[in-house]
Amino acid sequence: MMKRFFVIAFIISAFLAVNISSALAAETLRLITWSGYTPKVLLDKFEKETGIKVMPTNSSNEEMIAKLRATRGAGFDLAQPSQDRISSVQEKYNLYQPIDLSKVKTDQIIPSMLEAVKKNTMVNGKPHAVPFCWGSSGLVINRKFARDAQDYTDILNKKYAGRISYRLKRPTLLALAFAMGDDPFAKYGDINAYRALMEKVGQAMIEGKALVKNYWTNGDALLQSMRTEEVYLAMAWDKGGWKLHAENPEIDFFAPKSGALGWIDTFAIPAKSENVEGAYKWINFILRPENAAVFTNLDTTANCSKGANKFVDPAISGNFERSFPPAAIENIKWYPPVPAKLEEIEGKILDKVKAAK
Amino acid sequence: MKNQKRWGLFFFLSPVLLWLFLLIVLPHIDLLAMSFRIENDDGQMVWSLSNYLNFFEEPIYWLTFVRTAIFSILVTFLTFVIALPVAFYITKVVAPKFQGFLLVLLLLPFWVSELVRVYGWMILLRESGVINHFLIKLGLLNQPIEMLYKDATMILGLVYTSMLFMVVPITSVLDSLDNSLIEAAYDLGANMWTILFKIIIPHATPGIVSGSIVVFMLTLGNYLTPNLMGGKNSLWFTEQIYNQFIASFNWNQGSAFGFLLLVLSSIVVWLGLKLTRQNLRKVVQ
Amino acid sequence: MLRKPPLFSQDVKQRLAIRFFMQIDLSVQEVTKKFNEFIAVDNVSFEVPDGSFFSILGPSGCGKTTLLRMIAGLTEPTEGKIEIRGKSMLGIPPNKRPVNLIFQQLALFPMMNVEENIAFGLRRRGEGKVDIKKKVEAILERVDLAGFGDKKIDQLSGGQKQRVAIARCLVLEPAVLLLDEPLGALDLKLREQMKVELKMLQAKVGTTFVYITHDQSEALVMSDHVAVMNQGVFEQIDTPQNLYNRPETPFVAQFVGDNNAWSGRIRQCNDMTAEIETAEGPIFHTKVRESLQPGDEVDLFLRPEAMLILPDPSLSELNRFHIIVKDILFDGANSRLLAHPLDADTELLIALPQTRQYDYIQKNDKIEIGWDQQSGICFRRS
Repeated sequence: MMKRFFVIAFIISAFLAVNISSALAAETLRLITWSGYTPKVLLDKFEKETGIKVMPTNSSNEEMIAKLRATRGAGFDLAQPSQDRISSVQEKYNLYQPIDLSKVKTDQIIPSMLEAVKKNTMVNGKPHAVPFCWGSSGLVINRKFARDAQDYTDILNKKYAGRISYRLKRPTLLALAFAMGDDPFAKYGDINAYRALMEKVGQAMIEGKALVKNYWTNGDALLQSMRTEEVYLAMAWDKGGWKLHAENPEIDFFAPKSGALGWIDTFAIPAKSENVEGAYKWINFILRPENAAVFTNLDTTANCSKGANKFVDPAISGNFERSFPPAAIENIKWYPPVPAKLEEIEGKILDKVKAAK
Repeated sequence: MKNQKRWGLFFFLSPVLLWLFLLIVLPHIDLLAMSFRIENDDGQMVWSLSNYLNFFEEPIYWLTFVRTAIFSILVTFLTFVIALPVAFYITKVVAPKFQGFLLVLLLLPFWVSELVRVYGWMILLRESGVINHFLIKLGLLNQPIEMLYKDATMILGLVYTSMLFMVVPITSVLDSLDNSLIEAAYDLGANMWTILFKIIIPHATPGIVSGSIVVFMLTLGNYLTPNLMGGKNSLWFTEQIYNQFIASFNWNQGSAFGFLLLVLSSIVVWLGLKLTRQNLRKVVQ
Repeated sequence: MLRKPPLFSQDVKQRLAIRFFMQIDLSVQEVTKKFNEFIAVDNVSFEVPDGSFFSILGPSGCGKTTLLRMIAGLTEPTEGKIEIRGKSMLGIPPNKRPVNLIFQQLALFPMMNVEENIAFGLRRRGEGKVDIKKKVEAILERVDLAGFGDKKIDQLSGGQKQRVAIARCLVLEPAVLLLDEPLGALDLKLREQMKVELKMLQAKVGTTFVYITHDQSEALVMSDHVAVMNQGVFEQIDTPQNLYNRPETPFVAQFVGDNNAWSGRIRQCNDMTAEIETAEGPIFHTKVRESLQPGDEVDLFLRPEAMLILPDPSLSELNRFHIIVKDILFDGANSRLLAHPLDADTELLIALPQTRQYDYIQKNDKIEIGWDQQSGICFRRS
């Protein structure tokens, strides 16, 4: 008994030792990203090609900023923030280093996207990110129960009381502002006008609080509640809706009448990255059309690689065509860069909503 | 000679002191300094008390703290009410050879992370969850009811998470309670309740107080359970600190909240000790 | 004219007399307690009349504590009845029984002061504050602890704690006060003193005491009646004098007081006198309590003080034999000779009166010993 225990312990420790030493020996790339952005097949392929082992950490915009801010841009070699959350924190905390476009195979990237991201992340005359993928927030609806839901305002609609879920985060505030006929992005420059608008939206959310089942915080948990039909109507990302559509045709992602909120996730290199070369290698690798298509096929999120479409599964591209008729594409509201101070205003209002009875 | 001894002590203690200083004291000093600074309209960092004033001026903040504190006290009390009979059963009723086994059973849920435990509860309690399923199967319910996202659910989760920290100290004080005291009280005409209030609780007070302090502090500082099980109304003070740091990027306000949590919870504990006429030294023993 | 036959036999009359003229406070009838297969108390019956001091004496593990706990209600008997002042106690919990128990470790409540300890039972009865105060003061005075009400329990000496424990029970005026070896934890000197004190206190308050102990001296000194208990059964219930002088079983003979044991065989027996040939050699004549047949194996017990050193030759009725002194055990009034018979190494204890008459006796002396036929205690070996 004892002997067997020791043998097992020895094997395990030997195994760990080998693993750790190989991890130490190999070149690594510490990537802070979003869940789903690093498919295993691509990590393996990349390691085979370059010998670099990618170590992903799944996170969110806010946490990415907080972590990099705490270490002043150290601890990760490559990050994937959304394009609208780069310039203001860069100006304030200097988290990233400028991107050297000569090292990026820019011909692999859809030019309009590249231009937009370059412009939005321009700080001190230098771009700080290149695009990787894009998607939108809109409504995920179960048509069996919510036949008529059209717009964000329906998440405050009594008809769906107790069957509604959304995040208590800034996209919800912005979406409701649009649906109320306003344009929050136009007010980004005027803090007082923005605050007034947000307070109005916050008030509406407080009044509609009784109708919400819960404020979701975890994408998988939301999908579970929609799958079990506890929730009919949610504000969420397109890819979640598409995943559910594959399981239950009644559920789908819809671009709301007042426009889906479009985001672009990027690559940005933290200021104290210890493997800048590896970071560029990964950027060029995953934006290669056939690799980008692997990601899209697995995650259903659209990528920014030029020419990847021909490798994308028809079912996946079908998602996009179904949810976005040409008019809806035109109507996508792309997030402009967020000026400083707005998050604080939004944070306070979201707190108020959460605390309200 | 004596001097030598002192140097020896210092020598061996220095890694601990260094560790305490570098990893605990230093970051806290940094946070404390941060909590007294704000960014003025020109983007300059200046010294100010306004992070602290904000807390008292903005009802959401202090109401959230009051709510968190009241719920923590309630959770502590409920945990005590449940833990006392459990501890009594383990120490006085069950055969000694099963005591260890029962304590291990209590410990078992702590072998998985809090997140897993909370998700476990969510699977049980959700509208399409296991409990609803069985209640409908048994014909007790016509249609499922939502048990999650309510204050009561949150309290359930918090009590569950805290149980061990109350049972263990009470078990250890009850172990030292002479059975004949209980029998003597019974013999002198006391009923179950008098024995409980006059003999068992007075004897167990040090354990109860130390358990209560641990449970209160853990509950007050909990983040996951209120957030996941409490749903839409459960703004917990820790969540507000998190929001300040992560969502609003306002680290200065966040650190001020952190220190307010520390100070205010210490005051609550101090009041608790005063009310039960215990002192910290006795309780920590 | 025919004489009417007596309505009752003598024995029944006596018991009726107890019934009618003396109240029976505690009556235990055929009580048995089993723990799984182990029989702790085996079919025990006894009665304790009002105001008497009754002791149960036995070695540890004989079941006496179990018996006491059954009377207190802390344990339920497996079979049998327990009555207190004529009322069956079956199924009545300890807090409803008119008996109180003083625990071996006293079980004073450390979280309360002396006064609160004593008032505990009165408060449970819901008596008025003024009454309680009066009663507590009266009982404190009675146990000579007046003015100790505010003292903490850990400020008291062993003897004072003892008296608080007694006061705490007596203040409730129980029908029967049960005491579970309460002197066990005290040092010898204090124990001797408390023995007398307890006896006097009992006489003063007149409450019925049931006292259990493994210390024969405690039982003999204090009690009106003593029950000797062994392996769950009562061997004998009697007055202390009778237990000592007329033990009914070998166990009682050996357990109560010191005794020298001989084993032997009957050579002849007539009219309650037997001639015994002991295994150690000497042949003795002794009175017996039953008729024995030649050849019966017997145990013979002799008290140390029954053996006379160098008896007067004129006393012809004495059994005489020689011993060799191995040691002199000096213990004041209780001094003994440790010796053995000439041809055997059985140890004998012989009382050595401190009259200076025997000061000359030395180790290894050969001495003649004599004892009267009447002081032998003889049992057939079963």
